[in-house]
Amino acid sequence: MNLTLKIWRQKGPQEKGKMVDYKVSDISEHMSFLEMMDVLNEQLVNSGEEPVAFDHDCREGICGMCSLHINGEAHGPDRGITTCQLHMRMFKDGETITIEPWRAKAFPVIKDLVVDRTAFERIQQAGGYISVNTSGNTQDANAIPISKHAADEAMDAAACIGCGACVASCKNSSAMLFVGAKVSQFALLPQGQVEAVDRVKNMVAQMDLEGFGNCTNTGACEVECPKEISLENIARMNRELVKASLIKF
Amino acid sequence: MSVLDSKVPKGPIKDKWTTYKDKINLVNPANKRHIDVIVVGTGLAGGSAAASLAELGYNVKAFAYQDSPRRAHSIAAQGGINAAKNYMGDGDSTYRLFYDTVKGGDYRSREANVYRLAEVSANIIDQCVAQGVPFARDYGGLLDNRSFGGVLVSRTFYAKGQTGQQLLLGCYSAMNRQIARGKIEMYNRHEMLDVVKVDGKARGIIARNLITGEIERHSAHAVVIATGGYGNVYFLSTNAMGSNATAAWKIHKKGAFFANPCFTQIHPTCIPRSGDYQSKLTLMSESLRNDGRIWVPKNMDDVKGIQEGTLKPTQLKEEDRDYFLERRYPAFGNLVPRDVASRAAKERCDAGHGVNATGEAVYLDFAAAIERYGTEQAKIHGVSNPTKEKIIELGEAVIEEKYGNLFQMYEKIIDENPYKTPMMIYPATHYTMGGVWVDYNLMTTVPGLYCIGEANFSDHGANRLGASALMQGLADGYFVLPYTIGDYLADDIRTGPISTSTKEFDEVEKEVKDRIDFFMNNKGTKSVDHFHKRLGKVMWDKVGMARNEKGLKEAMAEIKEIREEFWKDVKVPGSHNEMNLELEKAGRVADFLELGELFAKDALVREESCGGHFREESVELEGEQKGEAKRKDKEFAFVSAWEYKGEPADAVLHKEQLEFKDIELKQRSYK
Repeated sequence: MNLTLKIWRQKGPQEKGKMVDYKVSDISEHMSFLEMMDVLNEQLVNSGEEPVAFDHDCREGICGMCSLHINGEAHGPDRGITTCQLHMRMFKDGETITIEPWRAKAFPVIKDLVVDRTAFERIQQAGGYISVNTSGNTQDANAIPISKHAADEAMDAAACIGCGACVASCKNSSAMLFVGAKVSQFALLPQGQVEAVDRVKNMVAQMDLEGFGNCTNTGACEVECPKEISLENIARMNRELVKASLIKF
Repeated sequence: MSVLDSKVPKGPIKDKWTTYKDKINLVNPANKRHIDVIVVGTGLAGGSAAASLAELGYNVKAFAYQDSPRRAHSIAAQGGINAAKNYMGDGDSTYRLFYDTVKGGDYRSREANVYRLAEVSANIIDQCVAQGVPFARDYGGLLDNRSFGGVLVSRTFYAKGQTGQQLLLGCYSAMNRQIARGKIEMYNRHEMLDVVKVDGKARGIIARNLITGEIERHSAHAVVIATGGYGNVYFLSTNAMGSNATAAWKIHKKGAFFANPCFTQIHPTCIPRSGDYQSKLTLMSESLRNDGRIWVPKNMDDVKGIQEGTLKPTQLKEEDRDYFLERRYPAFGNLVPRDVASRAAKERCDAGHGVNATGEAVYLDFAAAIERYGTEQAKIHGVSNPTKEKIIELGEAVIEEKYGNLFQMYEKIIDENPYKTPMMIYPATHYTMGGVWVDYNLMTTVPGLYCIGEANFSDHGANRLGASALMQGLADGYFVLPYTIGDYLADDIRTGPISTSTKEFDEVEKEVKDRIDFFMNNKGTKSVDHFHKRLGKVMWDKVGMARNEKGLKEAMAEIKEIREEFWKDVKVPGSHNEMNLELEKAGRVADFLELGELFAKDALVREESCGGHFREESVELEGEQKGEAKRKDKEFAFVSAWEYKGEPADAVLHKEQLEFKDIELKQRSYK
């Protein structure tokens, strides 16, 4: 198929960006979206132009590196997948596709479609861990039985890949699905209880500090999340936060 | 006396590690504060090492080319992690895990290292659970296990189909704790471009800030390389797009020997290629082989019908299907090790039985498992006289629970429903057992320079068993390196900070900058990918699943030719002082173009078939094992460690003889 691409080009963090039109032809429907971008970039390199910069790495939907707002949707029109798993069979011959970076104050553009997501790093550093040393002296893994339901639910929350689609999809640029997922994973496990109070307080405080917006229960994040992380995690985080606010050490 | 000293401690194998740890030099906590360690790569090995070293009190600087340590390709490992816990009570033990790993590796790994790996494996699970890794559990709340290829026990722990992700996030959280404490300085979007040696010791690196293009100097008392494998030398592999061998290759050029490059694993269960535009291959966990049966049509008429799309696989009767693994290897069936399964699939496809348009695919069929589980579930739920539909419905639910994410991934890529029609799979390059040579301490042939995880060669011999990569990465990083590095650093407590304003740093920085300038000013006519794809094709065709002398000699010559052309004609747009993805790729492909040639040379020298390395000249000619790979222990029971001497073709071979005191060398039989 033949396509027109409208792509956000921006030379650097301080430069002004703009949408630029490109044409690609003979695109197979079996190609992945990023393979289509490879075709475009090969074309650009061969004609002496600078290729479009975009983040990507594993190309199997797990590293969380790829992003892209495609036709106004994070990770494009399909559900439950990342951009790298999106295939061209989702598009029609002759279509115009708009490709933009994540748009959020806390995710400034570095170049073209690449954004800076280190705000997520700092939120994780504020409390997204259990304090245990790798001494080799931890107790036996089966010493504390954990109900299968709790373990499964913790796993579902832990499936977050940290791509930032939730923030990009939210009209408030809220990161609550991302933070809620991490808080929930540990809140559901006995190992996470000891630091639960500090964790939720510190992570939420850091989230606010980074300039992410608040949650107004629209639910766009859940719809666009490539790992289908449930909104319930936000509710659980809020409960954890209320609980934490009642505890004084 | 060889220049290689493996430094394996004396004594019985069961006591080596414990005794060694008791006698090793330690650095006292007050002194650790004055010692810096650089860790390059933050996957399971690098991440766990960085976190553990920081916990111990060292100042760690960690480097990743992605925007976060959580993106490393360890995250893509699906199936699980082995540990000799024997929770299932099925006869597992440290010795058995050790034995399976040595045997699975086709007797080309170092016994003492493997035993240590098996020994610390159980601790890894304890550690990860304490970190909040949500492993799968049974209804009693205890940890669940599954079985994997090449073994007879269930010892694989898993977190749905995302075990690598969960382990890496555990490791990442441990790193985050240390970053928050200021003990790890994290350099995201940085790429190491060379190592700096001072008085023969590794004392720092030159790195490029991938956002600004700035070339930076970083010094330390020791440098740890944990940058993964070199599978992308094939262009198409299951590695991430950015996975590269640059750090490993650069240290090789600075004196670290490179071991067994030809030992590369071709994984049997990958999604087949669909066209020339393909940018990478997607692996599906080998755990699928627990329940999937692999087959191709027996009759060529059926093959033709399927290839042309006039016949559906579900229409074929049982007797018209060739379950070739079950046929050839009745004892292990579909669970033979990866190299054996891959070659068997290639053999069928080469014989014309491939089941897609390219002729390079075999079926992985879940129909039997769905029926089996469905019948079992019907009994459990008290459904009497269940209909076929009910059984299938119940069975599919079990399969979904076990492999849901893999089935979804497959459907998104191929656009077929694998619950209703068999999956198509084909082997693809996946893991490299070869890598930088290290001794028992995981130190390379350069003092103070360590190499851990997939980047080193040490534990998997000529073939790695499933669910052992995660185990090795974490064992090296959490439980081995933090001890062994102390033994070296104990001599460095009086050294003080290492200056970066020295001629050694000047020189290496100049080399790095010159190379970047060369790329920016070359003004050639062909893209980096053009050369990478050509290299990949030579590697796959001539240094792939089956190799022979003629092909390997041709490969060496052709790779050299491509390399020369690359340096003349490569085109890199943009400039050096900004984010420049083509420039990054150019540097990596330049290194692959050298590594590929050494790879072929290593394969040429090793005139035997073992593990992932199959030489067509070396097969069993008669008996029960006719046609199977023939290992030659008398001549080749050694590790090839290559010393850099300029051109890859001029590399000098050093041999580390392998001694097997605790395991008897036998032909691997999975029949």
